[in-house]
Amino acid sequence: MRRDFRMMRLVFAAPVLQLLVLGYAATMDVREIPTVICDLDRSAESRRFLGEFFQSGYFTAKAQVDSLDAVDRYLDDGEASIALLVPRDFGDQLAGSGTAGMAVIVDGSDSNVAVTALNYASQIVGTYSERIIMRRLERSGTQFRPVTSRVQARVWYNPELKSRDFMVPGILAQLLMLMTMMLTSLAIVKEKERGTLEQLIVTPVTPVQLILGKLIPFILIGFIDIALVVLTARLLFGIRVRGSVALLFGLSGVFLLSTLGLGLFISSISRNQQQAMMTAIFFVMMPMIMLSGFVFPIENMPKLIQFFTYLLPLRYYFVIIRGLFLKGSTLAELWDQAAILLVFGIAILGLAAQRFRKRLG
Amino acid sequence: MIRRIYAIAKKEFRQIYRDIRSLAVLLLLPIFLLVMFGYAISLDVRHIPIAVYDAQNSAESRRLVDEFNHSEYFDLRYHLSDVREIDALLDRGRIRAALVIPRDFSRLMLRDRSCEVQVLLDGSNSTSAQTALGYIEAVILNYCSGLTDRELLRFAGVQVTVPVDYRPRVWYNPELHSSVFLVPGLVTFIMLISAVISTALSIVREKERGTMEQILVSPIRPAELIVGKTIPYVIISLAVSFGVLAVSHLLFGVTVKGSYPVLFLVILLFLLSCLGMGILISTLTQSQHMAFTLSALLTILPAFILSGFVFPIRNMPVVIQAITYLFPGRFFLAALRSVIIKGTGLASFWKEALALVAFGAVTLTFSILRMKPGPRGRRK
Repeated sequence: MRRDFRMMRLVFAAPVLQLLVLGYAATMDVREIPTVICDLDRSAESRRFLGEFFQSGYFTAKAQVDSLDAVDRYLDDGEASIALLVPRDFGDQLAGSGTAGMAVIVDGSDSNVAVTALNYASQIVGTYSERIIMRRLERSGTQFRPVTSRVQARVWYNPELKSRDFMVPGILAQLLMLMTMMLTSLAIVKEKERGTLEQLIVTPVTPVQLILGKLIPFILIGFIDIALVVLTARLLFGIRVRGSVALLFGLSGVFLLSTLGLGLFISSISRNQQQAMMTAIFFVMMPMIMLSGFVFPIENMPKLIQFFTYLLPLRYYFVIIRGLFLKGSTLAELWDQAAILLVFGIAILGLAAQRFRKRLG
Repeated sequence: MIRRIYAIAKKEFRQIYRDIRSLAVLLLLPIFLLVMFGYAISLDVRHIPIAVYDAQNSAESRRLVDEFNHSEYFDLRYHLSDVREIDALLDRGRIRAALVIPRDFSRLMLRDRSCEVQVLLDGSNSTSAQTALGYIEAVILNYCSGLTDRELLRFAGVQVTVPVDYRPRVWYNPELHSSVFLVPGLVTFIMLISAVISTALSIVREKERGTMEQILVSPIRPAELIVGKTIPYVIISLAVSFGVLAVSHLLFGVTVKGSYPVLFLVILLFLLSCLGMGILISTLTQSQHMAFTLSALLTILPAFILSGFVFPIRNMPVVIQAITYLFPGRFFLAALRSVIIKGTGLASFWKEALALVAFGAVTLTFSILRMKPGPRGRRK
């Protein structure tokens, strides 16, 4: 296997490179939402009002237009995600005691950005309204203070709410799964296609020995990959493991058993490399990426699919790796996840050996 | 020339047909995956499990707790009698947020007119944490302004008029369903991967089996070989993409607002660039294993993360934004979302369409050049 030098280079360089690019890319923080303004009033009041939006840091002015048609164009082309429309009498109404209308149009096609933008906008408008009520009450000489409440939020585990701290450990787990499955899922079927498997069969190697022999080099590679990506996460993204590093390696080893086992199992049930590759990608890799809780929360899924996710080893490993990176969890909190992974790994390796024995008989 | 291309396409078709299991996987699995993923994935933050520690338990504080109880965004799971229970609940992931109402809540609210409500939040998933915090703040703000109105009526007999009447309108996706946003992304993800992997082994397999030499000494030219090899997969992938679109219409209510011919054109361009990418991988590699590894590395995570599927491209660092231009997914997804959700025409995404043409042309040309029977092409 060492002879396949190109493959080895790929096996070690790819995870680091991918973590580097994808780690920087995977952020869902919503900031600097491109905004188009249609201010028909152009008074001091309307400018102060709109200024509140841009001072917040959540919105960036993209353009200033004077007609609804122009607003249309910006939203259609996706150049702006939100439009703020201020009518002609805005300042006059607020200076008196009337109600000034204003409209916010949000591009709902990216629902995540839209929800966040609406949240921010309603808060800004709410605070502004409150201030005007105060001003009006003061002017009328009423001694009345409106009720206000401050939410004092204390955020645990990821105090700055950086989505990167949540995503990078997730990508790390994905990469580990992909690399190990790629290595093993063609391992046996390749020899089958080349006909070298017959040679192995006539030697006195038992199926269990064969599976274990195939496994050991991959486990070693897996551990080197873990070390590389953890180091990358630490050095480039400044994300450190809060829990014990020894525990991280130990539990990752348990996870490797299950992915390598899945790979070997696929290899033992496929007739040629094409089949093995498709089975690995469609039946294992894609479901693992979508359904293990990497970005899409499992508790939002329909019950039936939630049930299916229990079959995905990555689901348990995500809990482990996020616990270790973000929460500083210990074995006391993670043992159940680890136990399931261990059972899964041993079962799937047993199945692979079983399939292999049948083929021999 | 047409005859030779036809012959190769026919041979490739036969080969695909003979391996019926792979064909079934190629045709049916993308559709099955779309159904499963389409139901499964969602970014909507609803039913956030929360706990409340109400130290006062007065009529006023219960009214605030009620507001949380009635909101569809929260599931009030625990009424705590001890503030120290919060730690364990957050650690074990039972709740995402906890609300602490102080003992002198109603006095502070009614006399001092200001009160601090403490919120403890599990920030590990920052996106849902941020949304949850936004909802919590909105509930509390709403509660305060309701209280202000009541107090003012009692105090001065005045009805407060709202100074700024804020009317949000949501275009393109008025109910803000994340499925409308996610299904086109899912379509891109599934089509890209299935198209690339369908061709990734097509040439390298012949190299490994040694049948490539036979083809190279035959009068077939490299261009004919590549085109002939691509045609069957264009047909299969087109069939898949129509199946996928039909499913997203029937099951997920994603209707195409724009024109169908434009949609067809964009899909065709996208498929060509993906198949071109697969063929290029196949000509560059020496073994099926290597081709598999490369195509999995270049498609699975990049299609998920770098295409704008869930992570907005404009939030990425500039260098990474530049890298996203190297993958066809981003162009297709932008065009697909425009034509499906917004109903805009080629005028607003001609750049993306052009990029897809360029991508397909470059990958296919490179593949043909690699196949040229010369010292480079013949190297094994």
